[in-house]
Amino acid sequence: MAESFFNEMYDPNGLRAPYRRLEGWYQDMPNEFRALKQAEAEDLFRRYGITFAVYGEGGDPDRLIPFDMFPRVFAADEWRRLERGIKQRARALNAFLSDVYDRGEIIRAGRIPADLVYRNEAFEIAVAGFRPPLGVFSHIVGIDLVRTGPDQFYVLEDNCRTPSGVSYMLENREVMMRMFPHLFQANRVAPVDNYARLLKRTLASVAPAKCDRDPNIVILTPGHFNSAYYEHSFLADLMGVELVEGQDLFVDGDFCWMRTTQGPRKVDVIYRRIDDAFLDPLCFRPDSSLGVPGLMNVYRSGGVTICSAPGAGVADDKAIYTYVPEMVRFYLGEAPILENVPTWQCARADELKYVQEHLSELVVKEVHGSGGYGMLVGPRADKATIEAFAAKLAENPSNYIAQPTLALSTCPTFVEDGIAPRHVDLRPYCLVGRDVELVPGGLTRVALTEGSLVVNSSQGGGVKDTWVIAEE
Amino acid sequence: MILNVLHKTRYEFATPVGGIIQSLRLIPARCEGQTVIDWRVEVAGAVMGEVFRDGAGDYIQTASLRTRTSNIEVIVNGTIETRDCAGVLRGHRERVPPRAYMRNTPRTAPNRAIRELAEQALAGMEAASALEQAHALASAVHGALPYLPGATHAHTTAAEAMNEGAGVCQDHTHVLIACAHLADLPARYVSGYLNASEDGTPHEASHAWAEIFVDGLGWVGFDASNESCPNEHYIRLGSGLDAQDAAPIRGLVLGGTEESLDVTVVIEAQQQ
Amino acid sequence: MLSRTAANLFWMARYLERSETTARLLDLGFRNALMPNTGGGYRNEWSAILQSKGTLQNFTEKYGELKQRNVESFLFFDQDNPSSVASCITAARENARIVRTALTTQVWDAINTSFQELKALMRRERSSLEVPELTDWTLRTAALIRGAIETTQLRNDGYRFMNLGYAVERADNTARLLDVKYYVLLPSVAYVGSGLDNYQWTTLLRALSAHRAYNWAYGGELSAAQIAHFLILNPKFPRSLLSCCLEVNEHLDHLARIYDRTTTAQEAARRLLAELVEAQIEDVFDEGLHEFLTRMISQNAGLGQCIHDQYLTGEAR
Repeated sequence: MAESFFNEMYDPNGLRAPYRRLEGWYQDMPNEFRALKQAEAEDLFRRYGITFAVYGEGGDPDRLIPFDMFPRVFAADEWRRLERGIKQRARALNAFLSDVYDRGEIIRAGRIPADLVYRNEAFEIAVAGFRPPLGVFSHIVGIDLVRTGPDQFYVLEDNCRTPSGVSYMLENREVMMRMFPHLFQANRVAPVDNYARLLKRTLASVAPAKCDRDPNIVILTPGHFNSAYYEHSFLADLMGVELVEGQDLFVDGDFCWMRTTQGPRKVDVIYRRIDDAFLDPLCFRPDSSLGVPGLMNVYRSGGVTICSAPGAGVADDKAIYTYVPEMVRFYLGEAPILENVPTWQCARADELKYVQEHLSELVVKEVHGSGGYGMLVGPRADKATIEAFAAKLAENPSNYIAQPTLALSTCPTFVEDGIAPRHVDLRPYCLVGRDVELVPGGLTRVALTEGSLVVNSSQGGGVKDTWVIAEE
Repeated sequence: MILNVLHKTRYEFATPVGGIIQSLRLIPARCEGQTVIDWRVEVAGAVMGEVFRDGAGDYIQTASLRTRTSNIEVIVNGTIETRDCAGVLRGHRERVPPRAYMRNTPRTAPNRAIRELAEQALAGMEAASALEQAHALASAVHGALPYLPGATHAHTTAAEAMNEGAGVCQDHTHVLIACAHLADLPARYVSGYLNASEDGTPHEASHAWAEIFVDGLGWVGFDASNESCPNEHYIRLGSGLDAQDAAPIRGLVLGGTEESLDVTVVIEAQQQ
Repeated sequence: MLSRTAANLFWMARYLERSETTARLLDLGFRNALMPNTGGGYRNEWSAILQSKGTLQNFTEKYGELKQRNVESFLFFDQDNPSSVASCITAARENARIVRTALTTQVWDAINTSFQELKALMRRERSSLEVPELTDWTLRTAALIRGAIETTQLRNDGYRFMNLGYAVERADNTARLLDVKYYVLLPSVAYVGSGLDNYQWTTLLRALSAHRAYNWAYGGELSAAQIAHFLILNPKFPRSLLSCCLEVNEHLDHLARIYDRTTTAQEAARRLLAELVEAQIEDVFDEGLHEFLTRMISQNAGLGQCIHDQYLTGEAR
């Protein structure tokens, strides 16, 4: 079985080109030196304060995500194609959002069922008919990709709301450059460190029309108990903008203000890292204390921009996912560059029947789930687990979709005694504002357990630095 | 018919609060059935935000007061000309697709009693038009829930009202919305005013009813409380998924809690 | 600067200063308890200590009888006591954690290390811990953090808010400690000038790390008037009310310059300073030392409130 997986470093013809200059590096590395470097890396991460709290697991809230020093490498031409595909998808998703909150042409044209969109929990009635600045809804699109062969890339899912993990992309590079400077001299690795500058430029480009000066941008966090708080403060620091909580903002008249030691200061763009439901107790959940009462009125009357736009979630729903290639064709008139993973909608009786008969071969996910929770990996599950899952599925089929188990590519990874192939995926972060931008890199997640296909950090996954070799 | 409205909402606080923020939906919608002649919304001392129209076609305005205060009064004072459109909402510009009003909230989620009510009401009506079905559901709700003030409260759900066996206009509307959804008809909650006295005497006039979407006709109002469709005695303010979502005033008291709330609505037909 | 950030820095400093005061009180009680024949035995004194922090009721509800071991635990380790050393350091560290990007690595390290050491102390066998070790540790930790702040923090508005927190809290604490000795501790006027009286004054000065400084400044003779002068009006003693008030004024003036805006906080601070600069110790005793201190505590609290309203709510225009 192992032979059927695509190894990104070695294919049947031997060493693949992008990894050419890494071969000597790890082979010559003595074990003690490696252990030393690994400890150094962990020390650096701790010092930067990068930790990750795992939902509902208790334990050490200051746990580090395991970092694997072996980089994951793309050749320039591989990346060029990915980049075109990612940007294409990000544009199509935004065109879709712009459309479904406006005239819904794609639905009128019969390309997507109306109920799938309009009855979706993530479709926000409160913003129907509202056009955000530049018509952009999802300003940071995280697209999860897997690879199964030299030219085979599949999109696993889209993240149009608030994709997390970009701080790892930046810190992994920082740590690698400090520990192995000579590697960066030998390999021409394209830099990623302008991400924060691009993000700030993207956010500034969607400032509301009412803003007539340098826009005041803030990041809105649920607070320091949130598992991604480190990332929120990291990005605020890199962009030189304030990290605020709901209590730091208030609405007065037609604008949103920030409480400062010099009095109220107007806020123009909010990069929010809290869910729609918590944004404004006067519009959504009345019991929310994380948001800003009255914010949605300011937003809808053009006093402030919220990124991502409330309602953006309707595009990254797992049931909508199936139609993204259709969106590319419909809005852009182009052929999709990135393929979807074939997906069965359990909401449809015939497809449910197939899924129920093939549970042991499929991966079954909750439509609204994330983080690798509540999913079944058929080939790795025992009989009892499958039976328990089958019961849940039968109870509420429309809550699930199923996909074939993909032969995820592997990348060499440091293990106890040397290196071994481990499965990886990739999350690049595409920025959409006046321009559509993508830094050459992303977050590579790696399943550290031998044979495991689940890369989520909440399920024992680790991370790697992701390289794109610059053109010769 | 020309109607005068004076609607006062007064909040009193035992100890002064830091202020208040409200999202107001107190300006009548623009549609064929009603034309505003003169309309003012005032919150003494508050900063009033710009009026904008949301996707559902409602006029929305923010009122914020950020000074210590021990009472707040929201006053709506206006004159409007109304016409009977047989309950049909015509000439109302809105951007929300009707199918978006197929979702339930905790307030409009059906229970077994509601399912049975809807089934019985529609028994033998499989071939009937959507309009006929909507009428049948509205009268069934009217029959099932006698009007009884005090039987329910502001947060009562449709299911709870059914268990109670009685309710007010809010409960009738929630139950009717739940029933309509069961019949695959988009439905929503409408808040407004009702001029219910024929002789012009002042009375409690805040009201709520449901709108059900009927293909070919559009949104049609159904007042299950009065087993009728809105006519020239109705003033439509705004809509939403349920009473909370469509509330004319949604607000928060800053640094304190509400002590007492006093609402008076006086509505009278102008002599012509 | 975000008002909440300023508030976190202000309160971080207040909690740090408060942890130090609680440790000093614990030391004061411990030294007094070593004295054999006080009026009502040691119990009165421990209750006086607890009264001064307004926590006597909390204590009695939880522990009942006033046993020294319990008071020690209550003042140092008890997380239910909001002014215990453990509570204050935990709260200071939490405030620091939220505004980490506003702190230098050295300051964060110092605060975080003190928190880790505190956790280690809490894991140790209680019987192996004597009061002097606990109070020494607290004072040393406080000095380390203060030193890191002074030597590494940028002199920006954040630095000013930290120092305002320190100075406002310290003035409050000095006034309270003096009041404990003068008003609460002594069983009756008959004891004034007695050996017990002198012993208590000495322990107070020791608890404030001030007994040698006092000897140098006043020639060694103990008198209530001179000690009060030292702790209230002497600008050379860093914990005196006047010193604290000078500091508050200095940092508020810096803020006024940075922000190009004077607020009622500067006015209030100036009024308080004018009074302390002009005051003679005779006037203080004429008013009644207890009455004077009570008034100072309340005026100082008013000043803290004023700083809060002007800078920490973000609504003052």
